[in-house]
Amino acid sequence: MQILVCVKRVPAPGTRINVTDDGQDVDATHLGFTTSPHEECAVEEAVQITEALGGEVTVLSLGKAEAEEQLRYAASVGAHRLALVPIDDVDWDAQRTAAALTDAIAELESEHGTFDLLLFGNESADAGGFQVGVRVAHSLDRPIVNAIKSIEVGDGTVSARREIDGGFEVYELPLPAALGVKEGINLPRYPTMKGRLASKKAEVRSVTSTTSSSGQTRVRLHRPEEQVSETVILGTGPEAAGAVVDLFEELGMLS
Amino acid sequence: MTVLVLCDHDRGALSEASLEAMTFGRVLAGQTNVPCTAVLIGAGANDAIGGLAAYGAEAVHIADHELLTDYGPEAWGETLTQLVQFTNATAVTACGTDRGNEVLAQVAARLGEPFVANCRQAEPDNSVWSATRVQWGGSLLEDVTVEAGVHLLSVAPHTVEVTPAEAAGAGTIAFFNPDLDASLARSIVNDRVVRTRGITLTTAPVVVGGGRGVGSAEGFAPLEELAATLGGVVGCSRAVTNNGWRPHSDQVGQTGTRIAPDLYIANGISGAIQHWVGAMASKNILAINTDPEANMVVKAGYAVIGDLHQVVPAIIEELKKRCS
Repeated sequence: MQILVCVKRVPAPGTRINVTDDGQDVDATHLGFTTSPHEECAVEEAVQITEALGGEVTVLSLGKAEAEEQLRYAASVGAHRLALVPIDDVDWDAQRTAAALTDAIAELESEHGTFDLLLFGNESADAGGFQVGVRVAHSLDRPIVNAIKSIEVGDGTVSARREIDGGFEVYELPLPAALGVKEGINLPRYPTMKGRLASKKAEVRSVTSTTSSSGQTRVRLHRPEEQVSETVILGTGPEAAGAVVDLFEELGMLS
Repeated sequence: MTVLVLCDHDRGALSEASLEAMTFGRVLAGQTNVPCTAVLIGAGANDAIGGLAAYGAEAVHIADHELLTDYGPEAWGETLTQLVQFTNATAVTACGTDRGNEVLAQVAARLGEPFVANCRQAEPDNSVWSATRVQWGGSLLEDVTVEAGVHLLSVAPHTVEVTPAEAAGAGTIAFFNPDLDASLARSIVNDRVVRTRGITLTTAPVVVGGGRGVGSAEGFAPLEELAATLGGVVGCSRAVTNNGWRPHSDQVGQTGTRIAPDLYIANGISGAIQHWVGAMASKNILAINTDPEANMVVKAGYAVIGDLHQVVPAIIEELKKRCS
């Protein structure tokens, strides 16, 4: 199995996200960075599949030079090849990102052959555009289904499950195929010391792109109006139980 | 020219989210002086027609093809793309659910147009529209301008109030037969498995959530009991699933389930962005936490300051006393 996983470097926020003064970006001064959660699971899934069936995992990112950190993290948990489409400054819009990733995948495939499976995160944690994987798969004429929480590779096919309320849908796609995965498909492993050391030496292949912006342009980022709510403190410790049950009654929970 | 609204339904039952998309689409149609057209695809579409006129549908297009019985993102995307061309649509709206976002992304890829996911509002102005969309699951908003031949917008769940049209639309029914290549069968649902018929995180009137403060998988037993007593279900934060204490299907948050119960009881949950955006649509929130400064306590309508391991059993005792 040859699997390609697309990942995005995103800020790791705690309880609040601030915006830069010009409104063009998240103020990451006091934030760490991480791999967007769905994509971290996609890497783990790809590594598990190749551990079971043999093959290689290639991890591709589009981002600033710092995104190398997330690529190396992927190598530290088992990815074999790393590639980066470097961009200068502000994030590219989804359409442009997809076009550049399509070009990059086509270039990698011209060297290594067609990837059996392309994995994407269902949506990025920050921009949440819900479209990059679909656009790439369409351009490369691969079937794609999003919101996948279970993957089983068969003979020339891949069976994938999507959670719906109270159950799941099963899709059976012919390979080569693409899937957008969701967190919960697995529990990603932590890197070993050996993995960390090896990842430092891993080569990051650079793939440049000549795509241009689409019709969607960011004007500004801003925080939604906070719902200002005075918290009613019902009490402290177990003595508050009476007041809590009073609240249940008031809200009609006991009828 | 028209605004198309993709109305998702489950075997004929329209989802609330579809009515949000319908309300959103009708307003855009009104602002641009074109009619609003509802689109139904899939088995049971005929049963979903009723009521759409009340939400402003001048026409209801039912897509009919043997490949459209069950859901398939590519077959649905191709069908909607052909309908856009057939009706000369100026815009398409859908709900910002797994399906709605996926189908509009397919349409966008086919038309080479931008797709603005999870909008809260949009202002049409000739070909360049302005829109406000959700980022970070709702903790940030992004204002964008969109220059497009066809405007493709999904509606962020729970952000548009569903309202019927002041004057009902004609609701004229038309059948549309798309030209679909047999190869599109490759991404159609193959099987559907129903796991629970009871209440789920998204339908429960009460959700009892537990976070890092619960401390262990066993620590959830009192939360289970409280949930059962109140006719609700247990949820959890990302820290809990990362520790392996609960399955991911119980996770409430940006990368888990979005909930909107009448009451959410958040036990030992700090309230990081990741979790908060999944819980913020709850009508009432009660936080139980040792830390009065915790984000969850600050944002909740009600709070008890204390150790959940003592408070939750005391609440269960009190409930038993009153109900006996």
